[in-house]
Amino acid sequence: MAADYVDWLRREGRIAIVGASLAGLRAAETLRAEGFAGSLTMIGDEPYEPYDRPPLSKAVLLGKASPDHTDLPQRRDIDAKWRLGVAATGLDITAKRVRLSDGDEVEYDRLLIATGVRARPWPNEAEAGLDGVFVLRTRDDAVGLCRRLGAGARRVFVVGAGFAGSEVASACREHGMEVTVAERAGGPLVGALGGVIGAVAMDLQLENGVDLRTHVTVTALEGDSGGKVRAVHLSDESVVETDVVVVSLGSIRNTDWLAGSGLGAGPRGIATDAGCRAFDFRGIVTDDVFAAGDVARSPHPLFGYQFLSLEHWGNAVAQGETAAHNMICPATDRRPHMWMPAFWSSQFGVNIKSVGVPPMADEIMITQGSLTERRFAGVYGYKGRIVAAVTFNNAKWLEYYQRQIEQGAPFPVGYPTMDRRPEGRQPMPADFPDPSLPTHGPTVTLSGYSPADRRMVFTPAHH
Amino acid sequence: MSQVSLVRQILDHANRANPYPLYAELLKTPVVHDGEYGPYVISSYWDIESLLHDPRISSDSANLAAAGPDAMPQAEDDTGLPPSFIRLDPAEHDRLRRITNSAFGPPNKPHRVYDMQPEMHRIVNELIDGFGDARQIDLVDQFAYPFPVTVICRMLGVPREDEPHFRDLVDPIVAGLDPATRLAGGAEFQKKWQEARTQLGMYLAGLVEERKKHPRDDMLSDLANSHGPDGSMSTMEVLATSVLLLIAGHETTVNLITNGMLTLLRHPEIFQRLREDPELSIKIVEELLRYEPPVQIVPQRTNITDIEVRGVTIPKGSMLWLVIAAGNRDPERFADPDRFDPDRQDIEHLGFGSGIHSCFGAPLARLETQIALSELARRLENPRLVDDPPPYRENAVLRGPRHLNIAIDGVR
Amino acid sequence: MRLVVDLNKCQGYAQCAFLAPDIFAMHGEESLIYDPLAHEEQLERLERAVAACPVQAITADGLDPRDGFLAGSDFVAGTGRESSDGR
Repeated sequence: MAADYVDWLRREGRIAIVGASLAGLRAAETLRAEGFAGSLTMIGDEPYEPYDRPPLSKAVLLGKASPDHTDLPQRRDIDAKWRLGVAATGLDITAKRVRLSDGDEVEYDRLLIATGVRARPWPNEAEAGLDGVFVLRTRDDAVGLCRRLGAGARRVFVVGAGFAGSEVASACREHGMEVTVAERAGGPLVGALGGVIGAVAMDLQLENGVDLRTHVTVTALEGDSGGKVRAVHLSDESVVETDVVVVSLGSIRNTDWLAGSGLGAGPRGIATDAGCRAFDFRGIVTDDVFAAGDVARSPHPLFGYQFLSLEHWGNAVAQGETAAHNMICPATDRRPHMWMPAFWSSQFGVNIKSVGVPPMADEIMITQGSLTERRFAGVYGYKGRIVAAVTFNNAKWLEYYQRQIEQGAPFPVGYPTMDRRPEGRQPMPADFPDPSLPTHGPTVTLSGYSPADRRMVFTPAHH
Repeated sequence: MSQVSLVRQILDHANRANPYPLYAELLKTPVVHDGEYGPYVISSYWDIESLLHDPRISSDSANLAAAGPDAMPQAEDDTGLPPSFIRLDPAEHDRLRRITNSAFGPPNKPHRVYDMQPEMHRIVNELIDGFGDARQIDLVDQFAYPFPVTVICRMLGVPREDEPHFRDLVDPIVAGLDPATRLAGGAEFQKKWQEARTQLGMYLAGLVEERKKHPRDDMLSDLANSHGPDGSMSTMEVLATSVLLLIAGHETTVNLITNGMLTLLRHPEIFQRLREDPELSIKIVEELLRYEPPVQIVPQRTNITDIEVRGVTIPKGSMLWLVIAAGNRDPERFADPDRFDPDRQDIEHLGFGSGIHSCFGAPLARLETQIALSELARRLENPRLVDDPPPYRENAVLRGPRHLNIAIDGVR
Repeated sequence: MRLVVDLNKCQGYAQCAFLAPDIFAMHGEESLIYDPLAHEEQLERLERAVAACPVQAITADGLDPRDGFLAGSDFVAGTGRESSDGR
């Protein structure tokens, strides 16, 4: 019976994918590659075919690529019905229907939710609406920001020194613009990589002429009479005049449209099982709704079965592929999503890469190279195990540390390595901010519960 | 057959024409400790790939010198030249390689290699024109050797007409890379080998001095006058690097081109496809690097702490041989590994190594071989192998035919 | 032609920047930046770059380095071995 259903589904079933970006596209390709012959609908709120976002804050801002030319290559014809420029506004999991903003409905037999995240806007709506205030997440954001920067900005003010904010600062400095960065924590990248590495990132910014303000928050954006931003007010009562403000305060998961659907979806994303199947609000796994990419959070066996939300490019690819496979295969052929968290950033000419889950750690050890030269490899430890690693311009070594994480290798690292400097002989506190304080841009969120910790709270949505 | 004799057989010149059955045998025991020569021999793809990225594995000649009976590291130190960057670990390796790269590739010189292409085409076609009306050619002497030598001379700024002189010096150095030759040659061979390195250094010193005064658009000038973020190289460092580039810049490519033509003539259907589609050379070269890598063994590594490979503990300070030609045909990694198949999709070969010591000249070798093979395919009329297998050079590490006689009906 | 580089895989070997310098460039020692839209006349260069990438990280329209792109996406916990040899 179940096998018959899978056969039927593969032959003539209807699959809808909400979210026409990286995860959605790779899922669609995988469905076709694995023989799905039914109908496929791709729903995306942006009017564009799937495009790549990482270049928007790097190659595009540097002028190496055009902001509207980052379309993703398609590895095969996915033969989909595209519903682009139309947002999904609601989901009926009983009737198996997705409601669209144009009033249409799309029926499905299997649904993949890959709606990702959106940039967290500046909280004051009026200030956010000032001319010259930008976020950078979408192609349209990039087109607008590039146009404005190209028109000649003297100073760019970046709110938030996470990866995206730091990359924007880097590109603008390269163009010779004055840049001020304001960061609530003690340094850039602290939420993602901790204070030890944050200090390195801070030196990098200062050396490259960024006016970096740490331990401050932005209290107000001030506009001129024409509605154009002209200054930024900070919590230390300083005021910085600027032509452009880039708000880089992390992101918000696109789950609003699922309110009331009965799925276990909320601000922290959509909880799924290891096979990408979404949970309903009761914590019972659904059989026909899957989630992948930035919007999903799923338990990871290497990290204590904690539910990880990973806003990582590679996670979107791998989870999209795994979800697609599991959508159309017999139950016993399903695969768990066990991708090793990994990300990269490029700023001020330095290649920053990481594997594992740094914010889980309490200690760090520099195992190769030197922090002051900004060429190094470091490992993060938690409870006697290596849980993450980071490299600055040392990417060729990273895969070694990835294997160490996979193997649950002990921390601190006792063995010698080449190029081990005195600073690398001792573990030191990794210095992550208190997780109970708000942060704007960790790329990894640790949340949820282990199998031993069964507390859960359900708050019904009100609208 | 005991495993010890397997290593001896691999080094035995009698097996040079086809070592692959021996490698297949080697793969059955992923870690072989050879009592006679001393090394731990690693042959499986994943183990080699891991060790090439393992920060506990050293290439430093000082660590190697302590590792075993092999005379090479000490001998190299006695040549008056410091070790080149392939025999150093980070951070020294990284610094020297970065400076060298600033004279060779992106981001500083993104077009230096790329812009050599028209010149490569010209050299290749002159050499093919030079076959004249011959009905038989030796591809090694008439093509596969002179082509990369001319290219590396041009890139470095070494006068091409000096080639007969430096060839006499290069030959013993290259022979010294072969463990069996080195061990069998004894003190006399070692002396010859050291003298050659010293003299090659002195020969290049003259050119470097000249370039310091009158820089030109070549790598020697850039190395001699480097002053980037990493500072400059000392004169001795420039010489050690130049010796490395001159030798590595052609010796391996000779073998890649010759192995390539040999392989293509053994696979006439693929050769025919290359004639019709010169761009197939791109995929052919990658598959060649897997199937017949010009560097077969990386014999210059040692572990600075005890390590475990497949449950075998390799004690600190051991000599490691990574048999990349075996790893490239590891059935655990590649489907149907003994088949030459340029259409292979999954081709992460170890032909240029991996990690920080991956082949510095890889892009140059790729372009040279792509152009060489596609032009040979286009222009040679009905080429046939005269001897199969051809005679091979002694070397087990840099393995390739000494001659490759090819009968042709003419040149297009 | 559209292209994308998996920069998680990329280790900065720079082969693409040597072989197609008008599409790929090194930014600093090992960061890669590239133009995700290549022109038709750049096809051969792009093909060289895709084939030469030591970690097969470049995907381009019609030039996918791996047909079996499902491989390599997850690992087997415990052995830590990428399953990219699976076929």
